Amino acid sequence: MPETPRGLQLREGDVLLMVGTTKGAFLFRSDADRKRWEMDGPHFPGEEVYALAFDQRGGRRDLWAAPGSAFFGTTLRKSVDGGATWSGKDERPVRFPETSGLSLKRIWQIRPGRDGEPDRLFLGVEPTCLFESTDGGESWTAVAGHLDHEHRAHWTPGNGGLCLHTILPDPSSSERMLIAQSTGGVYRTDDGGATWRARNAGVRAEFLPDKYPEFGQCVHKVAHHPARPERLFLQNHWGLYRSDDWGDSWKDVADGVPSDFGFCMAVHPHDPDAAYIVPLESDGFRCTPGAQLRVYRTRDAGTSWEPMTRGLPQENAYETVLRDALDVDSLDAAGVYFGTRSGRVYASRDEGESWEALQEELPPVVCVKASVVGAA
Amino acid sequence: MSVVVVLPAPLRELAGGEASVTLAGRPETVGEALAALRTEHAAVYDRIVTEQGEVRQHVNLFVGTNSVRRTGGLDTPLEPDAEILVLPSVSGG
Repeated sequence: MPETPRGLQLREGDVLLMVGTTKGAFLFRSDADRKRWEMDGPHFPGEEVYALAFDQRGGRRDLWAAPGSAFFGTTLRKSVDGGATWSGKDERPVRFPETSGLSLKRIWQIRPGRDGEPDRLFLGVEPTCLFESTDGGESWTAVAGHLDHEHRAHWTPGNGGLCLHTILPDPSSSERMLIAQSTGGVYRTDDGGATWRARNAGVRAEFLPDKYPEFGQCVHKVAHHPARPERLFLQNHWGLYRSDDWGDSWKDVADGVPSDFGFCMAVHPHDPDAAYIVPLESDGFRCTPGAQLRVYRTRDAGTSWEPMTRGLPQENAYETVLRDALDVDSLDAAGVYFGTRSGRVYASRDEGESWEALQEELPPVVCVKASVVGAA
Repeated sequence: MSVVVVLPAPLRELAGGEASVTLAGRPETVGEALAALRTEHAAVYDRIVTEQGEVRQHVNLFVGTNSVRRTGGLDTPLEPDAEILVLPSVSGG
């Protein structure tokens, strides 16, 4: 039997790295120098954990996880003691209404809401739907404007399932939020979730007869910086894009990358022009191009991209980094973290300039979330 | 005589550590037995059945040695002393 996790003693200024795998979740803690890491896990051994979050709003230190079993379904669990104990074992608060005819398959995203609304959280799930809680996660409701969307019958699953994987609330407006799903693409509400408009102009759908449809794109991830939320970076199923107008229009920014296919994307914590990706060779061969594991960084909003290689294997590295398996912390210099399907977790404490293997030989990594304790 | 639901190891902690649950009343079908299970052990029921009332894709229910998928599904009739065996299917990696 795996070792029983004890949880982590989280102190102000620590870095918390939450890693979800196909066979459980692992927690890592370091002080701010990020040189020595303590590991705790596996939590939920044997269960896949595609979504994790650390919610520090309103003085909380809530760890959220969405463990799922291929046999017995998905649950939502919370820990207020660093993972020593998890509530919610007996509960299944995330349910589609019976009238929908839908059943929850997987939770892909746990997103705490805006700072000024500490009791509001969001979930992105499969089959694609946005769920909302207004009571700190005690109860959840499918957002009707998305559940009943007129496009729903046309949304089809990609290889990973029909999932809502990106939730980006506007920090300055409770009315606006952007979401992304595979497939379907990007949608935005400007009226608090009542209605959602497709926002995919300029984003290519390589796998459809109409290459630039209103919706139906297979968007893999969208990221932005809260200080400049209208500037968005998008990693598509073939295609790398930027929007400067909350998704009203998209511009191709794939110059300088070996492939514009990939899954993950993260924006620098202090620079809205800086973003990180890990390109993959193709949809047919979803491995790092040239068998070289390279993170690509832009610092000029996608005008150019530079490979970050120091400390990463540059030969015989057939790696895959999935859509939620790359994240940054909020320290200066920023830490950058990612996990691979081969079970390796890499960390950089100098904005991607150099890397170290933080942990190897984990189960396949599907989710990486980094936070600084006390830096809500 | 009572209908008994025998649980796999992952679900036992949701039933107070018990390996089986003896149902109240006299359920005459698998569907009625699951409804009784829901009353007594909602958390166990939720792991076996989706919110649409369907047995989960990778969960198999047997009455005796017969999978209920081949004997009428939720309408499968039960003897008063029937034993329903809950087993996860063989899948995964």
